[in-house]
Formats: sequence, structure tokens, C-alpha cells
Amino acid sequence: MLYSLRIFSKIDPENFLYIGVLFFLSGAVISLVPIQKVKNYIYILSVLGSIGFALLSLYLLFTLPLNLFSLPISSIFEFSFRGDAISGFFVLAISILTLAVSIYSIGYTKEMGGKGLMGFLFNIFILSMYAVVLSGNIVTFIMSWETMSIVSYFLVTFDRDEKSAKAGLVYAVMTQIGTAFIIALFLILYKQTASMNFSDIKTLSTQIPENIRHLIFIFSIIGFGTKAGIIPLHTWLPIAHPAAPSNISSLMSGVMIKTGIYGIIRICMDILGQGPEWWGISVIVIGAVSSIIGVMYALMEHDLKRLLAYHSVENIGIILLGIGASMMFKSHGLYTLSSIALIAGLYHVLNHGIFKGLLFLGAGSVMHATHTKNMEDMGGLLKEMPYTGLFFLVGSVSICALPPFNGFVSEWLTYQSLLLGFKSPSVVSKIIPPLGGAALALTGALAAACFVKAFGISFLGMPRSKHVEDVKESSPLMIAGMGVLALLCLVFGIFPGFAVNLIAPASFAVTGSYGITSNSGFLYLTETSAGLSPMTILFTVVIMSIATILFIRRLGGKRKIVYGDSWDCGIPALTPRMQYTATAFTKPIRMIFKRIYLPRRELKVSYIVKPFFVKSIKYSGEITPFFERYIYEPVTVFTHKIAGKVRLLQSGSLHLYLGYILITLILLLIFGS
Amino acid sequence: MEYFQFLIIIIFSPLINGIIKKIKATMQGRRGPGILQPYYDLIRLFKKDMVISSVTSWIFKATPYIVFTATITASMIVPVITTKASLGMMGDVIALIYIFALGRFFMALAGLDAGTAFGGEGSSREMTVAILVEPIMMLSIFTAAISAGSTNIARIAQIQGIFYSPSHILALFAFIVAIIAETGRIPVDNPDTHLELTMIHEGMLLEYSGPYLALMEWAHYMKQMLLFTIAVDIFFPLGISNNTEFSGIAISFSAYILKMLFIAFLTAFVESTRAKMRFFQMPSLLGWAFVLALLSLLTYIMMGK
Repeated sequence: MLYSLRIFSKIDPENFLYIGVLFFLSGAVISLVPIQKVKNYIYILSVLGSIGFALLSLYLLFTLPLNLFSLPISSIFEFSFRGDAISGFFVLAISILTLAVSIYSIGYTKEMGGKGLMGFLFNIFILSMYAVVLSGNIVTFIMSWETMSIVSYFLVTFDRDEKSAKAGLVYAVMTQIGTAFIIALFLILYKQTASMNFSDIKTLSTQIPENIRHLIFIFSIIGFGTKAGIIPLHTWLPIAHPAAPSNISSLMSGVMIKTGIYGIIRICMDILGQGPEWWGISVIVIGAVSSIIGVMYALMEHDLKRLLAYHSVENIGIILLGIGASMMFKSHGLYTLSSIALIAGLYHVLNHGIFKGLLFLGAGSVMHATHTKNMEDMGGLLKEMPYTGLFFLVGSVSICALPPFNGFVSEWLTYQSLLLGFKSPSVVSKIIPPLGGAALALTGALAAACFVKAFGISFLGMPRSKHVEDVKESSPLMIAGMGVLALLCLVFGIFPGFAVNLIAPASFAVTGSYGITSNSGFLYLTETSAGLSPMTILFTVVIMSIATILFIRRLGGKRKIVYGDSWDCGIPALTPRMQYTATAFTKPIRMIFKRIYLPRRELKVSYIVKPFFVKSIKYSGEITPFFERYIYEPVTVFTHKIAGKVRLLQSGSLHLYLGYILITLILLLIFGS
Repeated sequence: MEYFQFLIIIIFSPLINGIIKKIKATMQGRRGPGILQPYYDLIRLFKKDMVISSVTSWIFKATPYIVFTATITASMIVPVITTKASLGMMGDVIALIYIFALGRFFMALAGLDAGTAFGGEGSSREMTVAILVEPIMMLSIFTAAISAGSTNIARIAQIQGIFYSPSHILALFAFIVAIIAETGRIPVDNPDTHLELTMIHEGMLLEYSGPYLALMEWAHYMKQMLLFTIAVDIFFPLGISNNTEFSGIAISFSAYILKMLFIAFLTAFVESTRAKMRFFQMPSLLGWAFVLALLSLLTYIMMGK
């Protein structure tokens, strides 16, 4: 990687930043030009901008930290962008997805209303994400963070119907709660170190008293955890992701929520250096709970995009398992292990961006073609949409962490780092990580069940409704966008060493150790003498398949294949309604985990003559949305109640308000002097 | 030599199934088919024509190859008679479980592909069983891996001593339950049933015929023998050779045969003396196994053995 960079070494890295920013800004400006024809092509500018930032990221990964841009406004107020290997890694993760999504968007937005606004928001949104991970001081960070939140709010409410408006409200409230904690933690940091710059805060952070460090840790987990979508702060994801247009949900789920992970790493591992053991342990526990609960709720969803949104909760959990293990090892001074665990977490950040981005784009294509999100209305789509189907399958296999695709490698590394817990000195650090591993195994199996359902019900079998009757494959550019990501799923799966070499500098910046040294197709951990070569697995499967085909030919010669109906037990014909539905598919799981799902069912039978002749049966069932009902609803009701009381103060009478001002003035005069 | 030990799994796996069936028949006072019957079945299936449902897509046709070759790939990772397994670098025990999961994923998709209720039911139940089994399997393997300091199966087999610690015995029991569930045997599933409403594994294969069915069946036999082999490698490696010298291999091979016969007998015994459980009673059995696996891990960490 370094060799290829030498070619560019004549160019200052800042130039890549300027080029990238220029492309995105011009994309944003041109979108507002009221000429329809131009608007189809603005995404080409985003593609170029992404490439600019990708080059910048490679620079940042392999060079020392550097100040990219600064604009002082006053003595303490300054815009400052600074890049190091950690930022570089996140810029890379963002660039990969924005590149593919931009290609997809050219096709996707073709028939969309409000194209100009979309293009504008799209570009600004991407820029703001870059700004967040490249911010060098507190003010810049908070402003970028808020820009990102506000722009994404407008994107969530882009469809301008009641549902999106409600989703936008939930998103705005949750995201502002998170921001409040983030601002609070930055204020504390500023108060303790009297500095705005992250690099200065980092050097001064050792002076911060222990208790305050704990407080900062907790605030950052709540604040950034809200953006990342940890349980129980996840409620906005399954509402906001489905409301946004699919290219945006792809970006939001693929990379925006990762800025939360970036924040946690930046604050808890980089700026604060290392904390006590319980930080890491609690992050592992949060990760385990998020992954299990996230995937469990995903299983019960029949709305394709809501299902994917819940899977984001799950994957954030998996990422946190790696990061938590890394924090734990760091607190014990085991820096090599810490680095391995961080590489596992960051690898999953990258992978989740790729496959979740792909899946959301796939869901977008499916919705574009069928005009429904409900998978119970789909079925048999693989025949009509072969490419979308294939790429969705690749995404599904990757997210289920099945070899030889990318999700498998990062989960394998996560397993390894959790298992390495036995090398740590304390008993808690020995017990909790393997239990996290068991949680990961459960999560993996649940995810597999979920994607058998998601792919099997929507793409296989017979068409279940008229939505699927005249479905057309998506436009070539949409397919190309998905194809890029599907290819990357494979590349990052079979060349794990290549990916690890990209991630290791970021991990080195945090932990001071490279952790894993490897060549491109093969991973080897000396700590557990465990090797992994997904490429060999793929190679073996392919060679053996060819051998098997030849073997069968050899044994039986040419044989006849008769196409007939599926086995129907002798009834006249199977109808699509007799197929297994998504609800039926998950029924056993709903029964087994009923303590978690709290399913409710209602059966209304009306008779003509009781009990023999039934007129109609009405059945309805649902699972209890536990967090919404038992945590958020009481809080909302309480807030409304308080707000109702506060309203008494605001009677609307001008005289009263003048009175308030008078009273305030008098009070100030008395106490202020 | 060590490169070709996986052929043992491919070649002898139908035999193990034949032996289990024979022992079962003897226990139940029947004569039963000969132990070579699975081979005859496979050969016959390979020579037959195929009937494929017109509802199906390419997934249905690709699945037998994926399942079959994934199982072969898994068998390359596992040391059968010698721990000098060069192909073990391809993956470790975690990779192995996920390679199985790959096969299962596609098998479940194929079950849904034909659009019948039976296939869907089989898929749904298979995935449900997997959800309960996978944590047990992982956790019991973790105990062995942690005590050996490695997830490499050959390494675990080398390090594992002759004498057994409490944690290993607990993990072994958990692992056996996991194997029973994973291979679709009584009391979780009944491999002999063809009554649509009760089956799990067979439900997914209902639409398959001819060579494709043969591949799926063979893969199933292989998976069963592989899981037996892993159990032996991890928890009972006594006798396994660490090199490829003839005398060591000879001892190792005879030890392996004895161990396999013992497991075959055990399986047949369990199958003959137990009834199949109702599907929703299964979580309590597997939950119990999970607790055992958990205890084994805690025991190891607390007691250090």
C-alpha cells in the first residue's frame, strides 16, 4: 500500500481534501440549479469526491497525524480539521460506501420528485460525516455533528408524509438527547484541561481526576451510543431508517451510525487513554445485549427495511464486543491483544458498512420494483430480478458471517479476541469475554435464521401478491452500485490480510501495537495458533464442486431432468397462499423466546351455530415492543404532563410576560449585585 | 499422507450410518439392512433421473453442491488420524462451525425455494434448532480451546491430556447433546421418519431427487461423522498420532475405528431407548445442555482445570 502512495507523494495530502470538498460542494450547489437535466449527473461529482477522500484516507493511515485545515475566528474559537490514522480509517469506510451509493443514486433518483433538494442534502450529508471524523477540536466537532444530525433529519423527512414526519420527530429527539450528553462531556473536558484541541486535551487528560473520567466515559457511551444505536437507545433506528429514501438509509445505517463508534474510540480510548477494567467489561456487556436483542427484534420484522435497521443494532453490538475487549485488554496493559480486538471491531465497522449498505440498496431496488416493503407480499423475485437477488444474497451471506465473505473474517477475529480474555489477569475479564463469545454464537445463528427468512420469503418460492406480478429488474447503474459493494464483500472476505494492513495503523494509533501481521490471503494469530484462509476455503469449494460435477457425470452419464410441480400431497394444485410465510417461519422462535417477545394474540371467532358452524375467524398477533412501551412511553407521557403544567405560565397575555420580565429584572438587581 | 486423511471421512461416513442402523435394528430385535446399504442407496440415487419443481430457482440447484463441498472443506480442517494436519491452517474450529452454518443456510433456502409448506417448515425448524445448538457448541468448544490455549483443532488434540478434568466432562456432555441435535437424531429429530409433519432435516430435502438427493444425503453422513470426529479430537484424543510414521498411524487408525464404533453404539443406544421429543420440549433439553457448557467454562476458570 505504501508503495502505491509514493506515486502521489509529490502532492500534498491537503489537496485531496480540497479536491474532495470541492466536488461535494459543487455537487451540492449544482443540485440547486433549476435545470432538470443537470441533476441526474451530480452524483458523478460525489463519486469523484469520494475517490478524493479515499486517497486522503490512505495518506492519513500511513503518515503521521497532520493538521489539514484551520481557520481561527477568535482566540478560542477556531475551525480546525486534523487527520490521524483513526480518522483516516473512518474516512476510508465512509468513502467506500459513498462511492457505491453515489453510483446507485444516479439510477435510483431518476424518477424521484425533489431531485434537486435530494442532491443538495446528499452531498452536504456526506461532507458533514467526513467533517465529524476529521474534526480537530471541540467546536468543529460539535458543529459538524449537529450539521450531520440536522441534514439527516431533513433526509429522514424527505418524503413529507405523516409517517416520515413522525419518524423525523423521534429521530430528532433521540439524536438531540445524545448530543446533549456529548456537549456535556466536551464541556467537562474543556473545564478540566482548559483546551479545545483534541491533541492538547489528550496530553492533559492524565490530570483529570478518576471520578470525572468515569463520568466522561458514561456520557460518551450514552451520547455516542444513541447515534450508534445501542440497546436501549436504539429506538430511532427502526423508525428513521425505513422512512428515509433507500440510498440515504444505506448511508445512515452503513456509515452515519459508525460516527458514534468513532466518538467512543476517540474519547474513551484515544483521548482518555486507558480506563479501568470495568469500562471494557461494560462495553462488552452492552455489545452482547445489543447484538442479541437487536437481532431478535429483527427476526420478527416483516418490513424489509425495519428488519435491516434492527440488524444495525445487532452489528453495532458485535463491533462493541471487539472494542470492549480492546478496552479491557488495554486496561490490563496487554497492548498486542488490545490491538487484535480493536482490529476485529474496526474490521467489522468496515464490513458492516459494506454489506449493510448493500442490503439497504437491495431493499431499495426491491421496493422500487414492487412498491411494497412487506416481505409477505413478495416472493419469487429472484427470477425477475436476478442481479438484485444475487447481490442481496451476497449481502445476506456476509451479514450472517458465513465464509468466504467479509463478515465472517471480522466475526472470527472477534471470537478470537474474546477467547483471548483468558490471558488477562482478573477473573471477571476471564469470564465475561467468553460469555460474549457465546452471545455472538447465538447472534450468528439468529442472524442466519433472519436472513433465510428475509431472502427466502422475498426472493424464493412463488409470487405472493399482485405487487410482484410485473416486476422489472433495476436500472444498470443501480445494479452497478450494488455490484461494487458485493464485490467488496468478497474481496474483504478472501483477502483478510489486505484489510488488516489497512486497519492496523488505526489500531496502532490507539493501542501502540500492530497486533496482527499477515500477508494478504491468510490470517494467523500466534496467541492462539489459529489460522484462517477464506481464500483457500473458497478455492476448495470451487475445485470440489467441479470435481463433484465431473463425478456425477462419470457415474450416471447424461440423465434426464423432468420439471414438475412441487409436492402437493395430491391436492389439485399448490397456491402461493399455501407457502410458508415470514410469520410462520419465525413462529417457533417466537414461542421459544416468549419471555423476551411477550407475544400477544387475539382470536375472534364468530359462529353461525355454535360450536359447529363457523362464520369467520379473525386472528391477530403482535409482539410487545418492550422498550417503546415500558421505557419510552412512560417518559413521553410524563413529559407531556409536565409540559401541560408549564403551559400555565404561557397564557399568551402580553401583560403577564411583561410582568415576568419585570420580576426577573428585580430579582437580578437584588441577587446580581 | 496428512493431506489425504479427509478422504476417510468422505469414504467411510455412509458406513458409520449403516453401522448405526444395524445396531439399532439388532437392539430392536430386527435383522435390518446390511451395513453397506447406504452405499447402495447413494449409488442408485446417483444413477437416477431427476424431477425438479418448476417453481425453484438456481438456488435449488446450487445448494447440493454448496452443501456437499462445504462439508468436504470442513473435513479437511479436522485431524482424523494424525494431528499433523497442514490443511488445518485453512481454518480453526470456529471456522468449521461457520462452514457448517454456510451449508445449513443454503439448505434452508432450498427448503423455501420450492414454495411448499413442508420445505418451509423444515427450514424454519432447522434454523430454530441451530439457534439453540450453536451457543452450546461454541461454549463447550471454548472450554477446550481456552484450556489448550488454541482454537486450532490439531493443537487442542495434541495438548489435551489423558486424564480428564471436571470442566472437560461437563463440556463433553454438552457437546454430545449438541451433536445429537445437529445431526438430526432422536430425541430432537427422527432420521427415519418420512411423515411430513414431524420431520426437520428431511422436510428441507423433500423436493430433491436423484444425484442431488444423493449429494445432500452423503453430506449429511459426512457431517455426522465429522462431528463425531471433532468430539473425539477435542475431548478424547487418546491414541491419535502426532506424526505420519506408519506405526503411529496404525495405532491411531485402530483407535479411531474403536472410538467411532463406540460412538455409533452410543447413538444407536440413545435412539433405541428414547422417544422423539415434541418440538417445543426441545428448548428445555438444549437449555440444560447450555447450562452444562456454561458450568464447564466457569469450572475451568474458577478451578483452573
